[in-house]
Amino acid sequence: MSRQSMNSQGRQTRPNEATASESGISETYTGHRGLDKEEALIFELGRAGQCGVDLPALDNTDSRLDGLMRDDIGLPGLSEPEVVRHYVRLSRNNYAIDSGIYPLGSCTMKHNPRLNEKLARLPGFGDIHPMQPTATVQGGIELIDRLAHWLKTITGMPSVAMSPAAGAHGELCGLMAIRAKLTADGDARSRVLVPESAHGTNPATASMCGYKIDSIPANERGRVDLAALKEKLAPDVAAVMLTNPNTCGLFEDEVMEVAEAIHSVGGYFYCDGANLNAVMGRVRVGDLGVDAMHINLHKTFSTPHGGGGPGAGPVVLSEALAAHAPVPWIVHTGQGFDLHETATGDAAGSIGRLKSFHGQMGMFVRALAYMMSHGADGLQQVSEDAVLSANYVLASLKDVMSPSFEGYCMHEALFDEEFLKDSGVTTLDFAKAMIDEGFHPMTIYFPLVVHGAMLIEPTESESKASLDEFIDTMRDLAASASAGDVERFTDAPKLAPRKRLDETRAARSPVLRWRPDAETAEAAE
Amino acid sequence: MSTTKYSEEHEWVEVDGNTGTVGISNYAQDQLGDIVFIELPEAGATVEKGAEVAVVESVKAASEIYSPVSGDIVEANAALNETPELVNSDAEGGGWLYKITLADAGELDGLMDADGYAEFVEGLG
Amino acid sequence: MRYLPLGDVDRNDMLGRIGADSVDDLFEVIPPSARLEGLLDLPLAQGEIEVERALGKLSAKNRAAGDGPFFVGAGAYRHHVPASVDHLIQRSEFLTAYTPYQPEISQGTLQVLFEFQTQVALITGMDVANASMYDGATACAEAVMMAARVTRRKKIVMSGNLHPHYRDTVLTTAQFIDLEMSSVEPLPEVDETMACVVVQNPDVFGRVRDLTPLAEACHSAGALMIVVVTEVVSLGAIKSPGAMGADIVVVEGQGIGNGLNYGGPYLGLFAAREKYVRQMPGRLCGETVDGDGRRGYVLTLSAREQHIRREKATSNICTNAGLCSLAFSIHLSLLGEDGFKRLALLNHQMAVKLSNALIAVPGVEEETETFFNEFTVRLPRPAAEVVDELLEHDVLGGVPLSRLFPERDDIENHLLVTATETNTMDDVTAFAKALREVLS
Repeated sequence: MSRQSMNSQGRQTRPNEATASESGISETYTGHRGLDKEEALIFELGRAGQCGVDLPALDNTDSRLDGLMRDDIGLPGLSEPEVVRHYVRLSRNNYAIDSGIYPLGSCTMKHNPRLNEKLARLPGFGDIHPMQPTATVQGGIELIDRLAHWLKTITGMPSVAMSPAAGAHGELCGLMAIRAKLTADGDARSRVLVPESAHGTNPATASMCGYKIDSIPANERGRVDLAALKEKLAPDVAAVMLTNPNTCGLFEDEVMEVAEAIHSVGGYFYCDGANLNAVMGRVRVGDLGVDAMHINLHKTFSTPHGGGGPGAGPVVLSEALAAHAPVPWIVHTGQGFDLHETATGDAAGSIGRLKSFHGQMGMFVRALAYMMSHGADGLQQVSEDAVLSANYVLASLKDVMSPSFEGYCMHEALFDEEFLKDSGVTTLDFAKAMIDEGFHPMTIYFPLVVHGAMLIEPTESESKASLDEFIDTMRDLAASASAGDVERFTDAPKLAPRKRLDETRAARSPVLRWRPDAETAEAAE
Repeated sequence: MSTTKYSEEHEWVEVDGNTGTVGISNYAQDQLGDIVFIELPEAGATVEKGAEVAVVESVKAASEIYSPVSGDIVEANAALNETPELVNSDAEGGGWLYKITLADAGELDGLMDADGYAEFVEGLG
Repeated sequence: MRYLPLGDVDRNDMLGRIGADSVDDLFEVIPPSARLEGLLDLPLAQGEIEVERALGKLSAKNRAAGDGPFFVGAGAYRHHVPASVDHLIQRSEFLTAYTPYQPEISQGTLQVLFEFQTQVALITGMDVANASMYDGATACAEAVMMAARVTRRKKIVMSGNLHPHYRDTVLTTAQFIDLEMSSVEPLPEVDETMACVVVQNPDVFGRVRDLTPLAEACHSAGALMIVVVTEVVSLGAIKSPGAMGADIVVVEGQGIGNGLNYGGPYLGLFAAREKYVRQMPGRLCGETVDGDGRRGYVLTLSAREQHIRREKATSNICTNAGLCSLAFSIHLSLLGEDGFKRLALLNHQMAVKLSNALIAVPGVEEETETFFNEFTVRLPRPAAEVVDELLEHDVLGGVPLSRLFPERDDIENHLLVTATETNTMDDVTAFAKALREVLS
């Protein structure tokens, strides 16, 4: 196996054996601790015959199910108050951007405005069906068209595919459009160049498009090595996939040379738009030679992360690729809007359909409300404040932590584990100690191009007081680590709803659902 | 007697007659952390030296194993299905991955002996 | 600007510490020829009032389902979502939390996922389920690719009665992977070249049938049976796909907990047999213990996923349906066993009443014998025109099948109609009356 694939970045996946105990001893009789409640599974709380919804009675209408009746399911029954209490208690075990800074690099955890929630729930948006006659949903299609206009203007691109459901889905869309274009021109090619620092979705996507991946190393400035890239360029390279700003938080200053290089061999430039939050109003990717770029509406445009989704990943496309956008396409008729739903006629070159119906409408409403609220001036201010805040954090921590690269960063600052050398504290330990201080840790162990990466993205949503509190705490932690206060880190977190969890056990003996006859974890072994 | 040889990819092969037993080195298991699952080859499969023959998964990583020798797979270590942690506790013994009939004993010449491998690992820093 | 906490004094202080003269210094790195001068050509910032007014106008141009008799289905279903669901999903700690990568402070999300996975496994009658996918159609594409991996075969046969959006999503998503895909009706005999057969139940025309014989045929040939369910509520009334022998089940979960939302965000449910778990795409939540021996939950089996396996991952998926799966889980918890089953039967009964009312209209022929809450009728003239004319009576009367199958010329007069518990007999009467007038 290759050393790199061992990914040997010191990550312990079991609780510290010295301090772990199997006793599950609780300080209180109930196991609750003041406002923090222990909550069982819904299956352990429910009982037969109970229901939290009052439904009309059935009558004796004939069945047309031909005897194919449902067997028992095994779902628990609960009243409404019990259900509400269950989920309220569970919610309290979650960190959220609404409760504190969430400095996850690459994720852009910005404030999620509630106006967006209100507007997405207007019946004229929330209660319309995708298969209603288009004449009855003109306002809905117009909204999508308007959002498309904002996205095209911000990026300086002529066309946008609205249907992809998330960033990775958008990557698939973009790469497929590129492959379709190359195939239409008679030469699909076989390779895609991807930087070593790329997000895992990039090579995974290229693979789904039938391409072999060639990795390009980063140079000592943290940018993609242009010379190495040029060396790998040949007429069999379909595309280069670049993130800009890149996953080290740095603007690829040779991006236009990269564009020229890939175009010179007849290939295309795919840009991963995850970090768009850094450059709105300052530069348009269309002016950098990009041919396709997905935009994560749940990152740059504030649609809420919801514990992991849903997202939306529209893809802006160059003139050359526009004909290959997935259906449905929005068409402007004389009287209004319509949907072209199949890969026929004008859309004969389309790659086809990537999901059911038309796209993540609920996220479109939220994103457009966000954009309209900020406007051209506000969006530019967003990027400026995001970049300013990240550089403020970088400048404030660079003497006590180890920034991976010289100079200014963009909207996120990358540090590595160098400052923890010989301290007995790993990046993982450092992150867990942040939890005890009330902070969600930054992104750790990504990107892979540095050891023990710590990627901090504060976003524009933090006040200076919030940034200062974060900085002061990080300085205190760094000082602690240098002073050899190892237990503050290796025992952490001590104050969260759970201590470190045994991920090894979860992977060796996966228990992926509740079963009625299962022993609880406490009773096992 | 049998001799154990090591590859630069941290695999070892112990040869007995014309059969090799292959596994990953103790250094490798330490680097990987807790191993949770191993995808093993099927008996009867033919592998070329350097080809991907197995995958060792830890919680946070998945490492491809490239066969240090060419040949036909005789047997995969069934014990690892239930107890993947054997690779952690006894990587160079009971944690062996598969047995293979060697197609070309000459390939062993390109591998390191135990001392050579120990030096190699030290050089990795 | 109300969302931006930094003031000019703050910005100046921060620039001071950074050692830059102005924020422009931080953007020097952008190639000069590409730097923008002035603002983007877009409207300036607006307050809540203006944004609400503008988007309210757009919203008012749309005929909401609740505004009158509504009978549209075809893969997305209007069900009543109890008020608690929407309230609970808007709690900050659910709405604005991220993916649970730091499990110690994400046990809320993780326990919900564990419960969700269990609920999905139970309703589909399968062993294990993942933490959701984008929608039923993309889940179907993932199921097909998984079947190919598991069987190491290339031939994929989809039933011609599969929702065309699902068929097309599979064909598009897998077009550059080395697979032989086709959509056929009737299905050919299952043989050993096939990785899987993909069938939908109830199918796109509303028909319900017993898939057990097909499952047996698949298993004899070593192929997998993938069952697609586009109306999740049907699982409360019909024998489960798992009980019929399915190997992978993909479901559009939108109907529970989630509104129509013009087609998204929706909710892909994905369930499979235990033996295939390591080939499953998507996130998986597993049970474990913490350092104090207390039960807790973590994302697990991550070595399958893109952030670790990169180009060899089971899928490129990263984001899941998050909040939509929470809404589903809360709604299903409120319904429970009795409520879910009764809800399903209410749907069925309303559809039967609708069917009786419609076929009493001269010229309307019934096409579906066995159905759940959706069925096909044949009209004396093209259904698309009839649907448009029904609009003049304020009735949203179903989906013309020609919209789903524009390439077919044998179903121009066929109309797909759907009833749910949100319909009343008044709606049914209004529909039948309008249809009678339009057809006379």
